[in-house]
Parts: sequence; C-alpha cells; structure tokens
Amino acid sequence: MIPLVLRVNGREHRIEVEARVTLLDALRDVLHLTGTKKGCDRGECGACTVHVDGERINSCLALAVMQEGREVTTVEGVGTVGAPHPVQAAFVARDALQCGYCTPGQVMSAIACVREGHTGSDDEIREWMSGNLCRCAAYEQIVAAVRDAAEAHRA
Amino acid sequence: MIPAPFDYTRPTTVEDAVTALRAGGAGAKVIAGGQSLVRMLQRRLVRPTLLVDVGCLSRMREVVEEPDHLVIGATTTQHELLHDARVRAHAPLLSLVARHVGDPAVRHRGTLGGSVAHADPAGDPPAAVLALDGEIIVEGPRGERVIPSAEFFVGPFRTALEPDELLVGVRVPKMGEGWTVHYEKFRLSAQKPTLLGVAVMVRRVGDCFTDAHIALANSGSTPVRATAVEVALVGADVTEEAVTKAADLLDGTMEPFARQGVSQAYLAHLARVLTRRAVVAALSW
Ligand SMILES: Cc1cc2nc3c(=O)[nH]c(=O)nc-3n(C[C@@H](O)[C@H](O)[C@H](O)COP(=O)(O)OP(=O)(O)OC[C@H]3O[C@@H](n4cnc5c(N)ncnc54)[C@H](O)[C@@H]3O)c2cc1C
Ligand code: FES
Ligand code: FES
Repeated sequence: MIPLVLRVNGREHRIEVEARVTLLDALRDVLHLTGTKKGCDRGECGACTVHVDGERINSCLALAVMQEGREVTTVEGVGTVGAPHPVQAAFVARDALQCGYCTPGQVMSAIACVREGHTGSDDEIREWMSGNLCRCAAYEQIVAAVRDAAEAHRA
Repeated sequence: MIPAPFDYTRPTTVEDAVTALRAGGAGAKVIAGGQSLVRMLQRRLVRPTLLVDVGCLSRMREVVEEPDHLVIGATTTQHELLHDARVRAHAPLLSLVARHVGDPAVRHRGTLGGSVAHADPAGDPPAAVLALDGEIIVEGPRGERVIPSAEFFVGPFRTALEPDELLVGVRVPKMGEGWTVHYEKFRLSAQKPTLLGVAVMVRRVGDCFTDAHIALANSGSTPVRATAVEVALVGADVTEEAVTKAADLLDGTMEPFARQGVSQAYLAHLARVLTRRAVVAALSW
C-alpha cells in the first residue's frame, strides 16, 4: 500500500492505495465519488473523463499514484443541483441524455472542449467530443448543448 | 480488469530512473502516459514487478532547438506536439500526426516517447519519425546512445532499446526550404486502429520534385519506407500523373501485423491510393 495525498475538487484526501489502482477506481471505491463512471475501462468510451490540472483525461488509464501533486476535478466539483455548471444547464435544456450513464463524462469533456475553443462548428464539436460515446445516441442533442454552452461562454 | 500487483517509483532525474530500471531488472518497466501500458497491465498482457514513472523528469519534457534540429523530449504529449510553436514551425509532420492519435483525452496523456517505444506496427507517430529520419536518443547504464530510426524499430512492439535503457528524446531535422508534409490515415471505422497510414515529406524546386520521404504505418511488422516511390518521385515533374505513376510502384507485398480482415488486393490498392493522396495533399499544404 502506498500512502498518497490526492487533491480532488479542491479538497485533500489522505488515502492508501496499491500502485495498481487506477484513478477511476480510487475515486469511486476509495473516495466514494461515484459520479465518474466506468464504461469500458480501456480508454475508449470517455465515461470516466475527469480533469487533471485542467486537462481532460480518461481516469481509467491513469494510476492513482501518478496524480500526487496534481489537481483532479470530477463532475462532483463543477456544479450542484441548485447551481449547475453552464454546460450542465445546457445539457438539461437540450435534453442531451437518455439513460445518463455517459453524461458525467460528456459534461467533463464538454467543459474542457468549450475551454479549449474547439467549438467553431458542429463538425468541430463532433470531432473534439469524439472520445465520448453515448450508447443511447443522444449525439444530436449533445452537440446542440455544447454549441449553446460555447455561445454562452463567448458572450 | 485489475492489473497484477507491482511496485512504483517516480524518480526526479534521468540518472535515478536508469538506476531504478537497472535495479528492477527484467521486471522493471517504464510508464509515461500509460495510454498503451495501462491497457496491457489490465489485460495482464505484461506483468512488471516495478513501474518507473518518467513523468517528473524535467529533462525529458523539454523541446530544445538546435541550429538544424529539434530535440523533442520523450514525455512531450501528443497534445503538446499539436500546440508547441517550435514543433509546428520546424517539425510540422509531428504536429499533423499527433492530431491522428486517439481523441483529446488520450492526447493529453500519451507521449511521443511512449508511442515510439511501444512500437505498435499500426502506430502513427513511429511512421512520421521514420519519414523524418529521426534519431532516437537513449540513456542507459552505459551512457547515452543515439539510434537512427531506421534501426530502432525491429519488430512488432520490439525496438533496439535495452530493458535498462530510457528513451529520453527524439531528434529530428528542422524542415528546410521547399519541403511540405502530410499524414494520410485510413481506418475501417472511427474506433478501429489505423489500417494504413502514410507519412509524406516532399521537396520541390520549381516544377520538379527534388526529394521525397515516405513511410507507411501498418504495412509491415515495423513502419517502413516506400523506397521505390521515393526514388521514382525524385526528379519527376510535379504533376498528379507523375505522383500516380510513382505511387503505383508500391508492389502490394505488404504484410501488416494486424490485417483487420481485409484482402491483400484491398491493401495494395489502398496503399497506392493513400500514397497518391498523401503526396498530392502535401503539395497543396
Ligand atoms: C482510445 C485510444 C486510442 C488510441 N489511438 C491511437 C491512434 O490512433 N494512433 C496511435 O498511434 N496510437 C493510438 N493510441 C496509443 C497512444 O495513444 C499512446 O499514447 C502511445 O502508444 C503510448 O504513449 P504513452 O506515453 O501513453 O506510453 P505508455 O503507455 O506509458 O508506455 C507504452 C510503452 O512504451 C514504454 N515507454 C514509454 N515511454 C518510454 C520511455 N521514455 N523510455 C522507454 N520506454 C518507454 C513503456 O514501458 C511501454 O512499454 C491510442 C490509445 C488509446 C487508449
Ligand atoms: S471507462 Fe475510461 S474510457 Fe471507458
Ligand atoms: S445517455 Fe445513455 S449512454 Fe449516453
């Protein structure tokens, strides 16, 4: 077991994990932050997307021990039910989900996508959101939500 | 799927990393971005006893400009290759190829050194490094050595790196006057790995090709240069007809490591078409 200080959503957590534990499993099973989802566990679906030092990554392909000294942001850290993040509000307004399983990853990826500025056209949004799959195929509404959030961000 | 247990160390100097690799012996393995390695650990395709994390080695993160070359640190991410002003200006082929790796989340973690050391025959960056005649800079217990890319890739997922050696950087010539570049990639579907990739650098003076470097991804057990096409292009007129004629010299004997169920005739046709497209695209770059 390796003692580790993990900074998540602005809070420091002192935990002990084995080196083989992924960031995704540490968030869900040790910190009980279950907003971040496990879809494929192999980097292909984006359900586990979180931000590390402001960049979107797949937490299933990151080891928890590699995140010491970094700032991790999960979906629990971006908004609340009463005060949703503008991207979350756009997802609600556009009805950009069905079962909702991919949504935390979509939201985290979309927040980064808007910030990165890859929202110049619907095609650009599709390409730069392509790491996030949706089995319910809410893609049209997701693109619309990202477009709305980007417009609000620019305004 | 959960990996078999292993120890973990995060050295802060290249020397300490080499020492750790050496001490770990056959069970030691480098981890950079983890975008290929963690998947292999999870499926237990590899079972290292020690992972040496190279993420905190500042020397391996730098891009250093020399008079005629760029030395790109091994842990430069694909995202950084895409955005770094020096890479874009002096080695635009690497910026172009980085754009073809995975998706944004993968590119934020995956590194140039990781792609090159992983040596997936279907990997995109290795083909670009080979087209560039890049040199692989390696540090080990016996000091530094520099391996030409033509000698670095020795088989599927096999390189000239010794187990106790660290890939510290990739040295590529700065793109000179008259050169243009392109990377053309074909996949059977958005989620599939590269079926064929073509990295192209051509130089034209007036209406004539004076130099051509072309490397293919997933056409053999390592990235390979399309020498016959290169030779045919040099001295040829810059016309689509001449490009087609040169590309048609690809003889169709390619033996990709992962054939993805397509026939030899399909692959041979694809290679000719993609190579023609890649050279034409490089010309209008
Ligand atoms: C969803 C997904 C899609 C992808 N799509 C593509 C694609 O389209 N094209 C493509 O080319 N690749 C693709 N990849 C793989 C690519 O993203 C990886 O970035 C790359 O292969 C490995 O880089 P890394 O830094 O993550 O290396 P790691 O996974 O950390 O390591 C890979 C291997 O290289 C060794 N290694 C790493 N760094 C060094 C070093 N400095 N010295 C010595 N050995 C080292 C490790 O020991 C290991 O064996 C994809 C990956 C994923 C998850
Ligand atoms: S669970 Fe990480 S990408 Fe699918
Ligand atoms: S809403 Fe069901 S997977 Fe996307």
